[in-house]
Amino acid sequence: MAEKKYQKVAYYPGCALEGSGHAYNKSTKAVGKALGLELEEVDNWNCCGAMEVKNIDPKIQTYLSSRVMSIAANEMKHDVVMAPCNGCYHNLKKAEYDLAHDEGSRQVVDRLSSKAGHETYQAGQIETIHALDWIKDGIGEEELAKRVKNSLKGLKIANYYGCMYTRPRHIFPEKDQGPGSESTSKPHYMDDLLAAAGAENVDFALKTACCGGAHTLSDADTSTKLVANILRAAEEAGAEVIATECPTCHTGLEMHQVRAETNFGIKTNVKVMYFTQLLGVALGLSPKKVGVHENASDGRAALKARQIA
Amino acid sequence: MRSIEAIESWIEDWSLREGAADGAAAPMAFLLAGEEILEHWLLAHGQQPTADKKEGFRLLALHRQAAKGDPAFNACRETCREACYRYNLAQTDLPREEWQANLATLRRVVQHLAYFIGGKMRNAQLGEFCCSSRPIRNEAAEAAMEGEGTQ
Repeated sequence: MAEKKYQKVAYYPGCALEGSGHAYNKSTKAVGKALGLELEEVDNWNCCGAMEVKNIDPKIQTYLSSRVMSIAANEMKHDVVMAPCNGCYHNLKKAEYDLAHDEGSRQVVDRLSSKAGHETYQAGQIETIHALDWIKDGIGEEELAKRVKNSLKGLKIANYYGCMYTRPRHIFPEKDQGPGSESTSKPHYMDDLLAAAGAENVDFALKTACCGGAHTLSDADTSTKLVANILRAAEEAGAEVIATECPTCHTGLEMHQVRAETNFGIKTNVKVMYFTQLLGVALGLSPKKVGVHENASDGRAALKARQIA
Repeated sequence: MRSIEAIESWIEDWSLREGAADGAAAPMAFLLAGEEILEHWLLAHGQQPTADKKEGFRLLALHRQAAKGDPAFNACRETCREACYRYNLAQTDLPREEWQANLATLRRVVQHLAYFIGGKMRNAQLGEFCCSSRPIRNEAAEAAMEGEGTQ
């Protein structure tokens, strides 16, 4: 049997997981522990540049992301860095692409790395993966199914991947590589993992549709309408829970679910939970242990109704 | 030509009963609404919307035209393709309940396109929308950045 990948990886939680995405951080670590997958947090990590820095100067964002990869690769000697946040994952992948293809980016990163006093990150030194890759390739559906203690049987889930996990396609060269690989147009890794845990995935048409996350502050009404549409589409598809794998999407869905009701009179009942929370519960961890009670959209009753927890 | 807001309202107010009364026409009506939304975007950018089709759909040809030179526009590529897929599915002999569920999904997909493009147009002065975001700076600011931030 081939050796499993990703048994010990560098962990880059990113800013959101220390704030609004706290429950994602908690549940990711808890699931890793339950599955025997080791995480070593990147020392003295910094912001990846998010959307804010990228909009002002994309090369500064490339540098910021490269510093995280440099520490993980050069100082901690890791081959793989795992970022559960779509924004961080996207930015590290983008930095990797830019450094492999753009001399201007290489020069800026080299200059700033020297000034900051750390080794310059070179394209190809480390592999950036998402939490979905980590569990899918580190454990796999077959092994995961064997370890399930509380099957999610009967729980109808709409899997929402958001936009940054797959776009733009050219920064994810490992995707769209045929059977088994992740798809950028119809991603399925979260579907696969939750199905292995017993859940019933619904046919959800808006799994990569924009939630308006970047415009939550500048045009809140557009974000609310986009989210309300996603929530209603999920409900119409029969979902009781929307599974997320990004703290920004998750917070946006929860926040605008409330706002859609108060500002537009659109009420939806679908619950929003991180996929790691659902997997944690399936692996026998208590909902509290994976922070389900910390979600604004408290899914404990939905789990109880299905006698899952 | 209806405004995007009018299209949003038409989709919002549309009910399955309306679809049931005129079932065969509803999928096409949604597809045409999608085309109308993209026409708005193209016209706002001084382009003549194409009458061509791609893979049998004008919606996809319009999306390709709109996405040229604008990577951020790729964000609605899957939405357009999903609308075409749902339209195709509506042409098949699905059981009535499934057919109606598919129509409801098509409605949501086109509504998303309306919200996304509508939002993108309203925010045109604030920079690109979302995942393939590009800098909001102008050339002068860019030159200044080159001289300061990245030196």
